[in-house]
Amino acid sequence: MLASLTLLAGCRQDMHDQPKYIPLRPVDQVGTVSDGRSARPLVEGAVPRDDARNDIEFYTGKLRNFAGLNPGAVPAGRQQGANQAAANQPGTNQQGQNSPAQQFQGFVTEFPMPITAADLDRGEERFNIYCSVCHGLSGDGQGMIVKRGFKRPPSYHEDRLRQAPVGYFFDVITNGFSTMPDYASQISPRDRWRIISYIRALQLSQHATEADVPADKLGDLSKPPEKATGKEGEHER
Amino acid sequence: MGQIFQRSTNFISRISIFGGVFFVALIIWLLLEFNRSSYYTQAFFPREQPVQFSHKHHAGDDGIDCRYCHTSVETEAFAGIPPTKTCMNCHSQIWSSSPYLEPVRESWRTGKSINWTRVHDLPDFVYFNHSIHVNKGVGCSTCHGRIDLMPLTYQVASLNMEWCLECHRNPEPQLRPKNAIFKMDWEAPPNQQQEGARLRREYNIPSTEVLTSCSTCHR
Repeated sequence: MLASLTLLAGCRQDMHDQPKYIPLRPVDQVGTVSDGRSARPLVEGAVPRDDARNDIEFYTGKLRNFAGLNPGAVPAGRQQGANQAAANQPGTNQQGQNSPAQQFQGFVTEFPMPITAADLDRGEERFNIYCSVCHGLSGDGQGMIVKRGFKRPPSYHEDRLRQAPVGYFFDVITNGFSTMPDYASQISPRDRWRIISYIRALQLSQHATEADVPADKLGDLSKPPEKATGKEGEHER
Repeated sequence: MGQIFQRSTNFISRISIFGGVFFVALIIWLLLEFNRSSYYTQAFFPREQPVQFSHKHHAGDDGIDCRYCHTSVETEAFAGIPPTKTCMNCHSQIWSSSPYLEPVRESWRTGKSINWTRVHDLPDFVYFNHSIHVNKGVGCSTCHGRIDLMPLTYQVASLNMEWCLECHRNPEPQLRPKNAIFKMDWEAPPNQQQEGARLRREYNIPSTEVLTSCSTCHR
């Protein structure tokens, strides 16, 4: 008994709980700050070291002249007043006060990166993680969180959003829109473009005709639908 | 003065010399079992949290993907506890006046972190990286159990070293295809032994010698 007590006395936990910073472990003080965080919030304007954000179209979804970044560096075509301000703040022009042409002015209309089949797959995966909770797996705006009471977002398949330029979607993901929060910290810029490519694919899928189906797959159309949910479909991939 | 110990007590002393060995073994065995017990490892004990967060509700009933909140699990060592902003993505709109969520709203108003209690707390001398496991075929539920069925979160694994080694010595039974990593209800197919061996080659998982080398986990 004595021997085992001696053994137990050796069980100190110093090495288990070392006085060092590990993610999200509360700390008393870091430097002069004492809010309990060892991981400090980013300094405003900090960017990851692997992307210098020189490519304004890629990182904002807006045309260089409209982006409103680095005012000094932006070329002269910038003084377009109200329209440009509206384009910069999509939150202020809801409910069709402006025509789509005005609302979508200044946004990038083509993907600023090549989209491959792998990008599209990645876009589908990210869409299902971050967007489908509200927008639904097919983009109809009937996701689970909407069924729980969140404001229903518009369907991607309405004409206005079918005509929206890709940069507009990028801006909404990055800065939010109306009740939709921004996803800038959850989705990387590259993944945002991939998600948009998948949104385009969803939009195509809802307005596809028989002519869009490859000839060798036409026979599948008359087959009864398999018992497959979105998740099962993912499994097959 | 007569003898204190009679001749008959020799029997007791013989027994105790012989039994002493077993007694020491028993003590050591008891210590080891205590170390494995969930009383000591805290497995299956839900932790007290500032908010009664239910993984069952969010991941199970609502079907929110793990990565919606644990955004860095595929790329970083740490899976990431979501910032209050992520809670407010939905709870600015729904359950926005629930008293249960007051600590969340308070954190949102004041910018002070919510002090979540860590459930899976490895000793600090262990190096663990989520991303390498997730990218090499180890699914969430392999270590975390059916999180989608837990109203309050608890660990299901002992997190003892022997538990880690069990898989590092023989990973094949646990390996899943890429698209099943985040599926909570994944079950090994009947041919898991061949499938696991195939996946091990596909994922390029190093030899058991490397996986069980001291410095793989103690760096």
